[in-house]
Amino acid sequence: MNRNARFTRNGAGRRLVVGVPYLWMVVFFLLPFLILLRISFSESRIGLPPYTEVFEWLGGLSFRVLGSFSNYQFLFTDDLYLSAYANSVKIAAISTALCLLIGYPMALGISRVRGQARTLLLMLVILPFWTSFLIRVYAWIGLLKSEGLINGLLLWAGIIDSPLALLYSPFAVYLGITYSYLPFMILPLYASLERMDGSLLEAAADLGARPMAVFLNVTLPLSWPGVIAGSMLVFIPAIGEFVVPELLGGTSTLMIGKVLWSEFFLNRDWPLASAVAIIMLIILVLPLVWWQRHQQQSEGDK
Amino acid sequence: MKTRLRPPGFVTSAMIFAYAFLYGPIISLVFYSFNESKLVTVWGGFSVKWYSELFKNEGLLNAALQSLKIAGLSATLAVIVGTLASVALTRFGAFSGRNLMQGILTAPLVMPEVLLGLSMLLLFVSMEQVINWPQTRGWLTISIAHVTFSIAYVVVVVQSRLKSVDRSLEEAALDLGARPWKVFFVITLPLIAPALLAGWLLAFTLSLDDLVIASFTSGPGATTLPMLVFSSVRLGVNPQINALATILILLVFAGIVVAGRVIRANKD
Repeated sequence: MNRNARFTRNGAGRRLVVGVPYLWMVVFFLLPFLILLRISFSESRIGLPPYTEVFEWLGGLSFRVLGSFSNYQFLFTDDLYLSAYANSVKIAAISTALCLLIGYPMALGISRVRGQARTLLLMLVILPFWTSFLIRVYAWIGLLKSEGLINGLLLWAGIIDSPLALLYSPFAVYLGITYSYLPFMILPLYASLERMDGSLLEAAADLGARPMAVFLNVTLPLSWPGVIAGSMLVFIPAIGEFVVPELLGGTSTLMIGKVLWSEFFLNRDWPLASAVAIIMLIILVLPLVWWQRHQQQSEGDK
Repeated sequence: MKTRLRPPGFVTSAMIFAYAFLYGPIISLVFYSFNESKLVTVWGGFSVKWYSELFKNEGLLNAALQSLKIAGLSATLAVIVGTLASVALTRFGAFSGRNLMQGILTAPLVMPEVLLGLSMLLLFVSMEQVINWPQTRGWLTISIAHVTFSIAYVVVVVQSRLKSVDRSLEEAALDLGARPWKVFFVITLPLIAPALLAGWLLAFTLSLDDLVIASFTSGPGATTLPMLVFSSVRLGVNPQINALATILILLVFAGIVVAGRVIRANKD
């Protein structure tokens, strides 16, 4: 009997421990996506619920399909949606790169500090993550607006003559996403750098490798799992981001999360919003599945 | 060769820049909450008037209470269900459906909130049609939605703790004939208590902070604090929100210091 199986010789208890979380996630996480798929084939109507039926039951096991692909046809013929998807992927990718650029040196620095100072530095990375996301995005409105702090400083220093239009621009969206997702990049990076065996670095240095060569040939390849995990944690949720483009991007930045929100809350077209969501899900599932495979492979390697 | 491991100049300056980037906006937010002037970015002298106005704002206080209720309930449920899931994943070895379980427990971590919110609303609407429940959407539906995505975070924290605790005590108790349930409550639970606390706090803050999922799954009656803050900041800056933000930041600070003490005390 292996040591894992020993913990539960009791069959009923074991079923309960597996079954409760399983049931919860199937009912409240998987099932909703099936319903989302179903409603994406229906049509919007006035009434409760605000969508038409997709199947008509004819008694017994027979039914008639009433749904159609009209929402998807509409998505692929209107440029607004296609460019919103493309723009979201672009913004998410650039923000991920920016997070990596700022986060990597930071994670590296923290992993090289010892003792209490390291705990403190790590704490300072986690702390913003615990304070409200909404409020941290809001803070940038005060900094970026035309009479805000950044424009004030630039004017005072004489670098510019009139305030720059920083707020409600694509720049503000990149800044906002990079800012709010940075901790998600740093923590997995730190975890992979911290585990690294310091003697490998010393060995490379003793053999005469320059610091840059040590970094490129030893540090970077060993921290690769952290780079991938961090990038996934930033890139995937950033594609569907709503709060940042809504508060900082104004009308100038088209992102699919914002489009979904307005289809649902402003146009009250639930079926079209569902179709927007399904396409978004398909875009996200590709990197997710790849990541899952990658993780299982690296777990298998151990 | 120790000196080679010290952070070189580039890394140090990059770190200073990054910490300034992380904390600059938060500090400016706190600073301007004490500003007399209503124009948030023009300094008009020190004042706490926005704080006193905040405490007279009844709509905001009601929303805050609503949010605390939802956060407390959903964090507690998420810790219970998340701990069961973590035990299953770390102590049960291979069982059928383990990979699917790990997958559906990881996916909410990266799933965009608009997707979670919309799909969960559609579930509640369909459930109402089929089983006539839930008849109204409000604090209960928001809480269920929050539990669902918080479980994923609880599992990350609790699972890593379960993997790292010393198994020999559990083994010894099992060898001496204790029932698995007893072993869990008497031995495992005290060992993972700090992770349960951390998971609960994490789930609590995530719930307290959530705007998007709550907006989708809420009904006409229920407004949470982030929903109220959002409708206010959409119109631009508002010093009352700065005051609220400062209080929240102080609470988080206090919470982390207390949690750190508890965890350290448990270690000793």
